[in-house]
Amino acid sequence: MMPEEIVFCKGGGCTAKLGAGVLERILSRLPKPEKKDENLLIGFESSDDAAVYRISEDTAIVQTLDFFPPMVEDPYIFGQIAAANALSDIYAMGGDVRTALNIVCFPEKMDLNILGKIMQGGSEKVIEAGGTLVGGHSIADADVKYGLSVMGTIHPDRIFPNDGAQEGDVLLLTKPLGVGIVCTANRMGEASQEAMDMAVRSMTTLNKYASEIIRKYDVHGCTDVTGFGFLGHLKEMLAKGLSAEIDSIRIPHIPESLAYADGFFLTAAAQRNRNHVGDLVEFCGVPFAVEELLFDPQTSGGLLVSMPKEDAQQALAEIAALGLPCGIVGKVMKKETQKIVVL
Amino acid sequence: MERVDARGKTCPLPVIETKKVLESMTEGTVEVLVDNAIAVQNLCKMAEQKKMKAVSEKQSEDCYVVTITVEAGSQTQPDAAPVVCMPDGRSAGTVVALTAETMGTGDDVLGKILMKGFVYALTEQEQLPETIVLYNGGAKLSVEGAETLADLKLMEAQGVEILTCGTCLNHYGLSEKLAVGSVTNMYRIAEVLSKAGKVIRP
Repeated sequence: MMPEEIVFCKGGGCTAKLGAGVLERILSRLPKPEKKDENLLIGFESSDDAAVYRISEDTAIVQTLDFFPPMVEDPYIFGQIAAANALSDIYAMGGDVRTALNIVCFPEKMDLNILGKIMQGGSEKVIEAGGTLVGGHSIADADVKYGLSVMGTIHPDRIFPNDGAQEGDVLLLTKPLGVGIVCTANRMGEASQEAMDMAVRSMTTLNKYASEIIRKYDVHGCTDVTGFGFLGHLKEMLAKGLSAEIDSIRIPHIPESLAYADGFFLTAAAQRNRNHVGDLVEFCGVPFAVEELLFDPQTSGGLLVSMPKEDAQQALAEIAALGLPCGIVGKVMKKETQKIVVL
Repeated sequence: MERVDARGKTCPLPVIETKKVLESMTEGTVEVLVDNAIAVQNLCKMAEQKKMKAVSEKQSEDCYVVTITVEAGSQTQPDAAPVVCMPDGRSAGTVVALTAETMGTGDDVLGKILMKGFVYALTEQEQLPETIVLYNGGAKLSVEGAETLADLKLMEAQGVEILTCGTCLNHYGLSEKLAVGSVTNMYRIAEVLSKAGKVIRP
């Protein structure tokens, strides 16, 4: 069906993530230390983006790693996207990137120039982030995978928790949705150049800029939208007994993505996301394509921020100047209906 | 009966291959073999959207059969079908006049969001308009970089005539930027509006 040369890219990015349901089951069964280390400020109980460990009164380190198979055919762009995606977890916590290590899986028989381009793209993004690439680890594997293990720093009092949303907050999304759908259509040769250009521009844009803007305001909760899709990550954000109302008309998206969803460029990952959170969501007459958009797994997606309305409006004006579709997409409410309502 | 063996293939391939087979049929059934439950769900989702009946059966751990039935006359045409073979997804005589970059009055930032939403919602209607005319500020909706462009292009591909006022494009310095449909003049706009059975002006 597909020509031989695009074996490099057979459906990667965050669509390659294991389903959220599967993970929760395994994680809940892992042994835990008897005594909790009180310097561990954020571990994986709260489904957060990265771990945060306090090393002094005014400094904590932020640790994360992310890697995945290619979702685009150009190895240099893939390197940039994989790095931007891995670095994003630091920014979702409100931290600054310090050092990064390469994680590489690469077939022994493949052209090493390809690996060179991947790592060039990755290291450029680490430098743009203000960090230093300090090493890495590589494995001979059947398929290409690339990413980073990243260390950042943060003031322990200024961490953006994943689940800190408060009643009355509004929800700000800093990048367009739809990159999963567009990349899928592209793999089948059906995406337009414009759509793919916007997807690539969005995926290669560091969340550094949006993170630095929102730090100037009152942020209650923040996460980055990746493999579990907008609704999956929103659900984690509302873990503390809150609900949300999403205004679908305000969802920033790659314009063509809705038409591609109507053309059934549907990934397994999006369906897994639907299975995982679909029961918590009530769609009120929203078209099928918009539903798919909200379940679409994002690679290097934007930040989803829960913050007071006035702060969000000012932050949005600054973030819009970064040049990607973004918007205030809904509000956080008391949990009455047990549902995320999408209007 | 048609058969698609999509075992060993990952989404969206089973769905896209089945879609192509369905689009080539006027009636009958398609039996699709897949090797995982998620692919079954994606196939059933597509069938539901196409208003077709789908029945699935698990034969073994790595073989599921989804049978989709196409009833005569139920088949919708592929998205990019040329105008001549449209069984009229368009509603004859309905004209949408987009006269501003915004929808409604009150707040222009909101108005732009609403207009973008309206144009998208038009694409999701069962019946598309026959013609969309864009004039004054509406002319900004059909040019390069407009957020409404992709949806207008989609409707054009389904046979909707899209006409933008040339005087208006000139006025806004956008003559070189028109990216969908064609340029028109006031005579044609007056004719289209006069002959319309129904004019929708959001």
